[in-house]
Amino acid sequence: MSRDISRMLVERVDRSRSENMGISKQARRVIVAVIALVLSTVIFWIPFYFVIINSFKNQAESALMNMSWPKSFHILENYKAVLTASDHMLVRAFYNSMLLTVLSIGVLIIVSAMAGFVLQRRDGGRFSSVFNFLVLAGLMIPPAIVPTIWVLDSINLFKTLSGITFVEVALHFPFAAILYKAFVATLPREIDESALIDGAGGGRLFFNILFPLLKPVTSTIIVLESINVFNDFVNPLYFFPGSNNATVQLTLYNFMSRFTTSWNLLFADIVLISIPMLILFIFFNKQIVAGMTAGAVKG
Amino acid sequence: MTKLTIRTYSYLFLVPAFLIYFVFYLLPTALSLFFSMTRWTLTDWDYIGFDNYVTFFSETALSIGFRNTLIYAVVTCGLKVILGLLLGAFLTSTALFKNYLRSVIFFPTLLSTIAVGIAFSIMMHPSSGLINTSLAALGINGPDWLGNTKIALLSVALVDVWKGVGVATVIYIAGISGIPAEYYEALKIDGGSSMNAFRYITVPLSRPAMNSVIILAFIGGLRSFDLIWAMTKGGPGFTTDLIASIIYKQYQAGFYGLATAGNVILFVGVSLLAFPLYKYLTKSEVYL
Amino acid sequence: MKRTNARTLALLTSMMIVVLLAGCGGNNSPTTNGPSGNTNANAATNEPTEKTTLTLMVGNTGTTLEALKAVATEAEKKLNIAIEYDIKPDGTEGDNLVKTRLATGDMADLLVYNTGSLLKAVNPVDNFLDVTNEPFMADVLDSFKSVVTVDGKVYGAPVGSSSAGAILYNKKVYGELGLTVPRTWDEFMANNEKIKAAGKTAVIASYKDTWTSQLFVLGDYYNVQAKVPNFADNYTNNKAKYATTPEALRSFEKTEEPFKAGYMNKDFLATTYDVALKMLAEGTGVHYPMLTSALDSILQNNPDKINDIGVFPIPSDSADVNGLTVWMPSGMYINKNSKKVEAAKKFVDYFVSKEGQAIFSSKVKAAGPYVIKGIELPDDAYEGVKEMQKYFDEGKTAPALEFVSPVKGPNLENLTVAVGSGITSAQKGAEDYDKDILKQAQQLNLPGW
Repeated sequence: MSRDISRMLVERVDRSRSENMGISKQARRVIVAVIALVLSTVIFWIPFYFVIINSFKNQAESALMNMSWPKSFHILENYKAVLTASDHMLVRAFYNSMLLTVLSIGVLIIVSAMAGFVLQRRDGGRFSSVFNFLVLAGLMIPPAIVPTIWVLDSINLFKTLSGITFVEVALHFPFAAILYKAFVATLPREIDESALIDGAGGGRLFFNILFPLLKPVTSTIIVLESINVFNDFVNPLYFFPGSNNATVQLTLYNFMSRFTTSWNLLFADIVLISIPMLILFIFFNKQIVAGMTAGAVKG
Repeated sequence: MTKLTIRTYSYLFLVPAFLIYFVFYLLPTALSLFFSMTRWTLTDWDYIGFDNYVTFFSETALSIGFRNTLIYAVVTCGLKVILGLLLGAFLTSTALFKNYLRSVIFFPTLLSTIAVGIAFSIMMHPSSGLINTSLAALGINGPDWLGNTKIALLSVALVDVWKGVGVATVIYIAGISGIPAEYYEALKIDGGSSMNAFRYITVPLSRPAMNSVIILAFIGGLRSFDLIWAMTKGGPGFTTDLIASIIYKQYQAGFYGLATAGNVILFVGVSLLAFPLYKYLTKSEVYL
Repeated sequence: MKRTNARTLALLTSMMIVVLLAGCGGNNSPTTNGPSGNTNANAATNEPTEKTTLTLMVGNTGTTLEALKAVATEAEKKLNIAIEYDIKPDGTEGDNLVKTRLATGDMADLLVYNTGSLLKAVNPVDNFLDVTNEPFMADVLDSFKSVVTVDGKVYGAPVGSSSAGAILYNKKVYGELGLTVPRTWDEFMANNEKIKAAGKTAVIASYKDTWTSQLFVLGDYYNVQAKVPNFADNYTNNKAKYATTPEALRSFEKTEEPFKAGYMNKDFLATTYDVALKMLAEGTGVHYPMLTSALDSILQNNPDKINDIGVFPIPSDSADVNGLTVWMPSGMYINKNSKKVEAAKKFVDYFVSKEGQAIFSSKVKAAGPYVIKGIELPDDAYEGVKEMQKYFDEGKTAPALEFVSPVKGPNLENLTVAVGSGITSAQKGAEDYDKDILKQAQQLNLPGW
C-alpha cells in the first residue's frame, strides 16, 4: 500500500510535465491535495479508527473485526476493565513507564550534551578518535543481553528502576551524542572565546551559555528518545521483569495472552498507552525538524 | 592543542557519559565474548570453547535467519529511503495541508511497535481481517498476509515501513529545507521543470539526510526484533525468523551461553555490513 | 580556577548519578525481595497471631488461577495465611521467566509449574524444598510422585487432575454422519474423508498458538512405547532418534497427513486455540487433537455443548494398540530459600487435603483421573472424561515422553507447525527435532551427548 504513494507521486510529477499548462496551477494543487488527503486517510487514519472504534464495542462485536459503527457503546466499561485488570497492573505500569522515561531522558540529555560538547570541540584530538569510534560502535552493535543481566545482577541493579534507567541511557547515548556533537558544530567558537574572556570556565561556558543554545536539538532528542524509551519492549522484558515492575508495553504483551479473544479490551489498552506520547508530540511537534536540521542531516 | 582548550574542554565532561556507557554497554559487550564460550546458568558456568558457535551455526533456522535479516533490512531501508525522499520533497513543496500531512505521517512513530504489530496482525487475518475483507469488497482475493510463507516477511516489512517512514520523512524535510532557495530559482529561470528540480537539486543536495536515513534504517532493520515477535514470532515454522528472534528463542530456552554466542555472531555480522557502509557513505557525501 | 570549575562540575554530575542510583535502589527494595531486604517481613511471620502473606507464582491461562483463588480464600479463614499472586505467562515465555527468577534468587514462596522434563530443567534440588517425608504427600499416588522426583527426592504436590493428549471429537456430528470411533489411523482417515465430504472441517488446527501443533507427536507416545518399549531409555541416552525409529517417525507423519489430504480448516495458521474450541463445540470442526484439559475451557465458553465432546486416543496403525498418552498435573513447589517455609507447608497441606481438593475441583472440573488417593472422579464428570476412564481401567495408558525422559527440544512447536502446514516434510521435521534435542541435551550437559 505504501507503494501506492510513490506511484501517485510519480504520476503527479508525470502529469505535471505532460499537462504542463493545461490546467491552472492552483487547480492542480487542489487535486494533488485531495489525492494526498484521501491516501493519508486510507493508509493512516483507517487503522487508527479501526483500533479506536473497536475499543468501544463489546466482545462479541469486536470479534467480528470490522469497522462498522458500534451497535452499543461500552467505552467506560472497557476502559475500566483494562485499568483494573490484574490488580490495576496498567496503573502501576503507567507509573513505572513515566518514571523510567523521565529519569532516562533527564540523565541522557545531561550526559550526552556534555559528551557531545567536548567530543566536538576536541575533534581531531588524540583520544577523541577513540571515543568517536566507541560511540559509533554503540550505534551499530546490538547490546549483549544476557551479559548485561549478569552485570546488573552483580551490582544489585537487576530488576530495579535505576538499573533499567542506566541501561536505557547507555543504549541511547550514541544517538544523542552524535546529534549533540553535530549541533555543537553549528555554534561558532567565538562564543566560547568571548565567554572565556569574560572569565567563565569550561563548566560555566557549557552549562550557562552553550547548553541553552542547544535547545532545538534537545527538543528533538526529548521527543525521539522519549518515544523510544516509553515504547521500549525488549529492554524492560529482559532487565525489568516481575509483575510489580511491569511497563506499559509489557502489559500489552500480557493482555495479549489474557484477552485472547477480547479484542475490545486489547484495543482499549493500545489506545490508553498511546496517549502520553501523543501529548508529548503535540507539545514538541514544531521543534522536531529544527533539531534534525543540524543533527542528523549534517552529521 | 593549546593549554586553554585542554582546560576548557576537559575530558572530565566525558566521565559521566562514558562511565554509564562503559558499565552498561561496553563491559557487557566485552564480557559476551567470554560468556559465549560457556555453558551458562547465570549463577555458574563451564568453559566449553567454541561449542556454542558450532551449535548455533548448525541451528536449523539459522540460514533462513541470515537471509531473512538481510532481506528485511534491505527492503525496509530501501522503502524508507525512497518513500521518505518523495514524501519529504512533497511536504517541502507548496502542497496544501502539508503540516497536517506531516503530522499524520509522523503519528505512527509515536505508537509502540507491539501495539502496531498486534493491530496489524488482526487486520491481516486471511478471511475476516479488515484488509482482506476490504479487498474482497473490491473483488480482489487478498493473500494470507502472515500465513503465506512467501510473503509473510514482506508483510511485516511493510508494517515496519508504515511505522517508520515518518522519521525518515522528517530527516529529509530537515535536509531539503536546508537547500538554499536560490538554487531552485536559478533552475526555474533556466526553464527547468519541477521534475528537473527534484532530480538535479533535491536528490543530490539531500544526500547527507539520505545517508542518515540509510544508516539508521539499515542498522535498525538488521537488529529488528519487536515487530516480528509481535506479529509472527518467527513463524509459520521458521519462515520469518530473524537473527534476533533466533537469539531470543535460545534465551527463552535458558541457553544463555548459546544466546550470547548468537549475540556475538549478530554483532560481528552487523559490524561487517554497517561500518563499511558508513565509511562509504560519509566519504561520498556532498556538502553545500 | 577554570580548571577546577570544569572538574567540579563533572564530579558533581557523577555524584548526582550516584545519588540517583542510590535513591532509586532504595525506592525499589520492597519489590526486589533480596534475601537481606526480607528480614523485616520475616520477623513479622514469627508472630503467631499475625497474618502471614505468601507469594504464589502461577500461569495465567485456563481456570487454575480461579480455582486456586477459591482455595486460598478458604485457607485465609482457616490458617490465617493470605496468598498474593505473582502471575506469569504460560509456555516458553513463562519457562524463561521462572528460570531467570530462580537464577537471580527472586522466586515467589510458592510456584505452580510443570512436572517432568521441564521441572528437571530448573534445577529443583537447589531451588525447591524436599517434601518427600511431609505427611501431606502420603496420599499422593506414586504415578505423580515419579514425575516430581529428582535424585530420589520428591519436590511437588499435584495441582488438579491428570489429563490426556488425545483427539477431542464432536459426538453429535459423529452421530449425524453415522461414524464410529476409529481404532486405527486408517479408520481415522476414512472418517475424515466422510466428514470432509459432508462439508465440515475434519481436523481442526490452531497454529496461531503454536503449542497446539504438537499433539499428534506428543499424544502419539502411547503408540510409540507400545511398539518400542525401550524408546524412552534409548532416546534419553542418545541411542534412539525420532528420524531413524520408524514408529516415532510415524508421529511426525501423522502431523503431516491431515494437511496433505486437505482435511484441515481454512486459515489454520491464523486460527487460535479459543477459536478452535469454538469450532469443535459448534460442530463446524469435528476432530481436534488436544489435551483434555481443554474440556474445561469448552465448559466456560459453550457450557451447553460440553457433553457433545468425546475423547479417543490418537489411533495407531494396528487395532490392538489403542491407548491414551497421559499428562500429569502441574506441581506446587515450595521455594527452598523462602523465609516462610513453614507457612508454605501449611498451605500446601491444606491444598491437598480433602477439603482443599473439594473446593479446587468445584472450580476446575477434572480432565482425567485425580492423582491423590481417595479423590475420585465425580459423577458429573464430562462425557469425554468418562470415555477416558475405560482406558485407565484397562491399564491402557502411558505417561507422555516428557515425564519419562528429561530431554525435550524447545523448538518442537515450531517444527510441528512447519510439518503440519507442509513447509517441511515429516522426515526433515523429525531430523530437525533430533538436532534440537541434541542441543538441549548438550546445554543441560546430560551424560552421553
